Amino acid sequence: MAHPSQLGFQDAASPVMEELLHFHDHALMIVFLISTLVLYIIVAMVTTKLTNMFLLDSQEIEIIWTILPAIILILIALPSLRILYLMDEINNPHLTVKAIGHQWYWSYEYTDYQEIAFDSYMVPTQDLAPGQFRLLEVDHRMVVPTEAPVRVLVTAEDVLHSWAVPSLGVKMDAVPGRLNQTAFIASRPGVFYGQCSEICGAKHSFMPIVVEAVPLKYFQDWSTLMLEDA
Amino acid sequence: MTHFPTFASLTERTSEGKETHSISTVNMADVIESKIKNYRTAPFDSRFPNTNQTRNCFQNYLDFHRCNKALSAKDQDTTPCDWYQRVYKSICPSVWVNNWDEGIEEGSFAGRV
Repeated sequence: MAHPSQLGFQDAASPVMEELLHFHDHALMIVFLISTLVLYIIVAMVTTKLTNMFLLDSQEIEIIWTILPAIILILIALPSLRILYLMDEINNPHLTVKAIGHQWYWSYEYTDYQEIAFDSYMVPTQDLAPGQFRLLEVDHRMVVPTEAPVRVLVTAEDVLHSWAVPSLGVKMDAVPGRLNQTAFIASRPGVFYGQCSEICGAKHSFMPIVVEAVPLKYFQDWSTLMLEDA
Repeated sequence: MTHFPTFASLTERTSEGKETHSISTVNMADVIESKIKNYRTAPFDSRFPNTNQTRNCFQNYLDFHRCNKALSAKDQDTTPCDWYQRVYKSICPSVWVNNWDEGIEEGSFAGRV
């Protein structure tokens, strides 16, 4: 989850998010280098007493500062496209979960075998236990097995919502009447938080998403428990 | 330790109820049976490769009902239709399925079955 005075991304919990993180580092480094160079040149130009009133043209530097940016752009574009196509790969999911947005809570359905369905409301601030996170905790988390490709089908029952979990590198709009597919693999066990990402009314900020990734055995135990409780 | 429920009972019913049909029907039923037995979740469908899976859900729902209607009309075993049912149950939100089921019962379902 996010922590106070955070500057960068949350720790990655899926392979795609790891790639995105590394790409961001790469692109940001290029941006910093260019900005430093430009700032240096500006300061140098402004602070010098030397003048040159007879500068007409210079082919060499024009060529350099055309070719070099083109090369830099290619160096940014290639990893970017690689990740774009990586995210589009056909993965054969082991599990399908439906995330349905309502005003103002999410509901999850696991209907591959039996039918498990439950609502996921935010825990109000006054009901939080010590150590829990304000505006992020929910009463029923979406549990998934680790290391398994999971397909999430996102839709909404009333207005637009958006299902987002930054650690997993996932965000997908929830549109009424439409079923949007996204997928992720949780590389490690853990609890991953997200928040509704499309304005949907008064309590838009109070319908968080919590994904709990556990080893398969514990996922099976949880699903058995959920079926018994139903 | 309990695992995901398998559909062993379905397999038994099917093997008991299997009669001597033509060779092609028996093989088809076998294929479907083994696919259903090893079912994990709805597989990738190349007809619907993109993000919008609305049509995938609706198409499988339609196909299930059409398959049932067609096979029942010929008094044949409707087990092959179970594949479509597994897929649409995996993919479709239950609210949508309930609405469509009501529509079919009342005769107000908009799709052509």
